[in-house]
Amino acid sequence: MKFSFRESLLRIQSFARKKPLDSDLDEEMATHLQFAVEENLSKGMCSQEAERQARISFGGPQQSKETHRESRGLPWLDTLLRDIRYTFRTLWRERAFATIAILILALGIGANIAVFSIVNTLLLRPLPFVNSRQLAWLDSNRGVGGMSAITYTIAVYDEYAKQNRSFDQVTAYMPFFGQGGYSLTGSGEPLALTGVMVDWNFFQTLGIQPQYGRPFLPGETAKGAAKVAILDNNFWRQHFNSDLSVLNQSVTINKQAYTIVGIMPPSFDFGAAFAPGQRIDLFEPYSWDDIRHWGNTIFIIGRLKPGATVQSAQSEADLLFPQMRAAHTDWWNDYLTRVSSLSDHVRGKLRASLIVLWSAVGLILLIVCVNLANLLFARSVARSKEFATRTALGAGRSRIVSQLLTESFILSGAGALLGLAFAYGIVSFVARQGSLALPLLSSMKIDGATLLWALLITAIAAVLFGLAPGMFVAATNLGDGLHTSSRGSTEGRHYHRLRSLLVVSEIALACVLLVGAGLLLRSFLRVLDVNLGFQPSQAAALTISYDENGIKEHRTAILQEILRRVQAIPGVEVAGISDMLPLGRNRSWGFNAIGRAYQKDEDNGIYVRIVTPGYMSAMGMHLREGRDFDWSLDRPDTQAAVVINEAAAKFHWPGMDALGKEAENFTEQGKTARVIGVISDVRQNSLEDTATPEMFLSYSQFGPEGSELIVRSKMRPEVLSPVLLKTMREFSPNQPVGEFRPLRQIVDTSTSPRRFFVILVGSFATLGLILASLGIYGVISYMITRQRQEIGIRMALGASRADVLFGVINRTLRLALVGIFIGAIVSFAAGKYISSLLFQTEPGDPMTFVAMFIIFICVALLAGFIPAQRAARVDPLVALRYE
Amino acid sequence: MASSEAKLDLLQGTLDLMVLQTLATLGPQHGYGIARRIEQVSGDAILLNQGTIYASLVRLQQRGWISSEWGTSDNNRKAKFYAITKRGRKRLSDDVSYWQRLTGVMGRVLALQNEGDNE
Repeated sequence: MKFSFRESLLRIQSFARKKPLDSDLDEEMATHLQFAVEENLSKGMCSQEAERQARISFGGPQQSKETHRESRGLPWLDTLLRDIRYTFRTLWRERAFATIAILILALGIGANIAVFSIVNTLLLRPLPFVNSRQLAWLDSNRGVGGMSAITYTIAVYDEYAKQNRSFDQVTAYMPFFGQGGYSLTGSGEPLALTGVMVDWNFFQTLGIQPQYGRPFLPGETAKGAAKVAILDNNFWRQHFNSDLSVLNQSVTINKQAYTIVGIMPPSFDFGAAFAPGQRIDLFEPYSWDDIRHWGNTIFIIGRLKPGATVQSAQSEADLLFPQMRAAHTDWWNDYLTRVSSLSDHVRGKLRASLIVLWSAVGLILLIVCVNLANLLFARSVARSKEFATRTALGAGRSRIVSQLLTESFILSGAGALLGLAFAYGIVSFVARQGSLALPLLSSMKIDGATLLWALLITAIAAVLFGLAPGMFVAATNLGDGLHTSSRGSTEGRHYHRLRSLLVVSEIALACVLLVGAGLLLRSFLRVLDVNLGFQPSQAAALTISYDENGIKEHRTAILQEILRRVQAIPGVEVAGISDMLPLGRNRSWGFNAIGRAYQKDEDNGIYVRIVTPGYMSAMGMHLREGRDFDWSLDRPDTQAAVVINEAAAKFHWPGMDALGKEAENFTEQGKTARVIGVISDVRQNSLEDTATPEMFLSYSQFGPEGSELIVRSKMRPEVLSPVLLKTMREFSPNQPVGEFRPLRQIVDTSTSPRRFFVILVGSFATLGLILASLGIYGVISYMITRQRQEIGIRMALGASRADVLFGVINRTLRLALVGIFIGAIVSFAAGKYISSLLFQTEPGDPMTFVAMFIIFICVALLAGFIPAQRAARVDPLVALRYE
Repeated sequence: MASSEAKLDLLQGTLDLMVLQTLATLGPQHGYGIARRIEQVSGDAILLNQGTIYASLVRLQQRGWISSEWGTSDNNRKAKFYAITKRGRKRLSDDVSYWQRLTGVMGRVLALQNEGDNE
C-alpha cells in the first residue's frame, strides 16, 4: 500500500501513541453504545433487550479495535513486535536450547568476523598510503635471490629515475638496516634505535606527510649535508612522551648531531608494510655518496603516472634496463627488473593462506548452520502440536513461517552480538602481536566493512538455519498434528532421514576442515623439524656497538677485549660476534673459485657474514672440516681466510674437497682468499628455503655491517642480560640498552606466520569437530527418545541390553562413516588447492587422513555412546507406558 | 426488517464515501449519528457493523478529509464530533463524479447484457 508522506507520518505517530489512541477509541465506543441503548429504550424495548440490540448492531468490539488499529497505524510492525515478544517468551521458556544455540552461533559468527577483519586488513583494504593503487615496487634480478640480488645500486636508481616515463616519482629506501643499528645518546641511558635510510622524497611518494614538522628536503641527501631525522610516532610518544619541543632540536645519534625535523603520524607504520614484525624508530635521508660504492643497497618504489599501469611500467623496464646496461659497462649486473604493485609485493604471498583461512571459517559457519538447523528441526517436530493449534485458530502458514524466521533472526542476532564481542577480543589480541611477521597487522580493527560483513553473515545464517523448521511447517499438513499422537512411528522415519542427512553433511564438512588443519599442522611440524644448522636453545643475541675511531686495526683489539670480558662472565660457555644473524637481513657478494670456469649467466652470488672466532661455536654451527677463525692466524696482513657452507663447496668445487682451495672476486684486486673450513648448511632467510652458497669472513680482514654478540650459556637470558650489559657498559659507556634476544625467539618470529595460520585453522577444525559431535549426539539421542517404545518392546521380547547398546552405536558409526567417506573425497579434491601452502607434505598425506579417520570414529563413538547407554538402561515396563 | 432480501455487503471504499457524504450534508456528527444516518438512508439494506465505522473515520482523518473534536451531544453526553474539511469536500466531489461515471458505465454494460439475453 502506498501512503502519502503526511499519512505515513501520522501512521508512525499513531503507532507510537497506541495507548492514548486506544483509550480514546474505547471511550468513543462506550458513548456509541450508550447512544444506541438510549435510542432503543426510547423505542420501548426493555433495558436488557435494548442493550442486546445495541451490541448486535455494533458488531464485535475487538474486531473494530483491530481494524481501527490497522487503518491508523503500522500493522506489519505490530505483527513483528508481537512475533518478537512471542519469540522472547518461547526462548525464555527453553533457556537451555536458546543458550546453546546462541553460543554455537556466537562461536561461528565471531570466528567469521575475526577472520574477516584479518582478511580485510591484510588483503582487501587498500594499503595505508594515498592512492596506493598507483604505487609500484621494483625487484631487480626478476625478484630471484637474496636481498643483495634483488636490490639496486644508487647509480642504477639515479639513471632509472631520469630515464623512465612510467612514474611520476620514484623513491628508494635502504633495506639493510639492522635492528638497533642506531644509538641515541645524551639523555639518560644510551638507547638502541632501529632506523631506515630513505630518499628525501620517500614519504612524499607514498603520499604521507609528517604529522608535525616537515618532510625531508632535496638537498638533505647530499654529501656533507647537515644530519636530519624524522621520528616514528610510536617512538616519539614512548621515548619523548609526545613532547613537541623535540622538533628542531639536536640529538646525538651514533655520535653525530642530528636535528629532528619531523614526526610521522601514528597511522604510518613502516615496519607493517615493508618489514613485518619490526618496529622502526627513525628515518634519515641517506647520503648518496657514502653508499654509492656499496653495491646493491636500495629498493625502488614508484608512483605511476595517470594512465600508466604496472604492465606498461614492466614493458618499459624490459626495454629500458638492457639499454641502460649497454650504456654503463661498469654496472655489476643486468638489473632485469620485475615491476609489481606495491600491494602485491606487501601481501601477495599471503593471499593463498588468507583465502584458505577464509574458506575454513566459512565452513565453520556452514557447520554451525547445519547444526542449528538440526536443533531447530527437532524442536519444530516437537512443536508440531503448537503449530497445528495455531493453524486451527486461523493462523496462515506464512504467518507461522514468518514467526519461525523471526525466531531464527533473533537467535542469530543474539549470537552475532556475542560473536562480535568474541571477535573484538581476538582482533585486539592479534593486533598486539608485534612479533608476528605479518604485514599491516597492527592496523587491524573492527571497522565499518567488518560490521557490514557481520550483518550479512548473520542474515545469511538466520535464513539458512531458519529454513529447516520453515520447510517442516511448509511440508506438513499441520492439521494432522493435532490428532496424530507420538505413537505414530512413520512420521519419525521421514524426519529422521532428513536429520541424518544434515548430520552426515556436518561430519563431511568437519572432515574437510580437519584434514586441512591436519595438513597445515604437519607442514608446520616439518618446518619446526628442519635442521637449522645451528642450535637456537641456550644462546641469545645482543646488538652491540663499539668505537674503533675509524681505524680498522683497532677493531680486532677492541673485539678481542669485548669477547674476553664476556667470556669471563661465569656461566658463559662461548661468545662470538657476527654482523648479521641468520633468518634476518642478508647481503651477498660475488665468489669465484680459482681454476673453475663459470658460464656467463651462472649465478656466483654468495651470502656474506663477517664473524669473529667463536661465533660459529656460539651459534652451535657444525664445522665439518677445517678450523674456525683465529685472531693470531687471520690477521689483516695475512691471506684472507674464508669459511664456506656445504652448498658453496658443492657449487664451486663440485666433486672436490674445498678445504685449502683459493677463491677471489670478493677480495681485494689481485688477492685471493683461502678456504679454511667448511660448515654444514645454515637456514639463511627462512626455515622453508633450502640453503644457497654462504661464506663467513673474519672481522679482522673484512668490513662488517653491524655487530651482533652471540652468547651461549646455560643461564636464563633474564639472569644473564643485566650482567652482560654491565660488562659491556664498563667497557664502552655508550653501549645502548639493547634487547637480549634468545635465538629461539628469532626462529619463532620466522615461523610465526605459519604458526598463526596453523593455530587459527586448527582451532576452527576443533570447533568443527565439537559441533559435528554435538550434531551426532543430538540426532542419536533424539532418535532414542522417539524410539523408546520400540526399544522397550524389543527388550520385552528378549533383546539384551548389549543388543540395544550395539544397535545404537552401530547406527552412529554408519552415520559417521558415510560422512567421513564423503568428507575424505572432498578433502582429497580440495587438497590440491592448499598444496602451495604445504611444506614437505603431500595434499593426500596418508598420515593426516588416517588420523582424521581415527579422530572422527572416536568422537562419533563417544557422541553415540552416551545416548546408547541411556537406551540400554530403558526399563521395558516404563517405556511401554510412556506416551 | 424492511427488506426480505439478504443485506448488501459493502464494496471496498464505499463506506468512506458514505461517511463523507453524510458529514457533508448533516454537518458535524458523532460516530453513532453517522452510522445510524447511513443505515436509515440505505433503508437498512446494507450490512453495516456499526463498529467498523471507526476504522473508516480514523482513516479519513489521517488523510486530512475530516477533522474531529470532543464535544457535548444534544442529550448532554461527551462525544467525539467529526466534520468534513475543505480537502474532504474536494475529495467528495471527485469521488461522487467517479461513482456516477462508474455506475453509469456499469449500468450500460449490464443493460447490454440483458439485450443480448432477450434476443
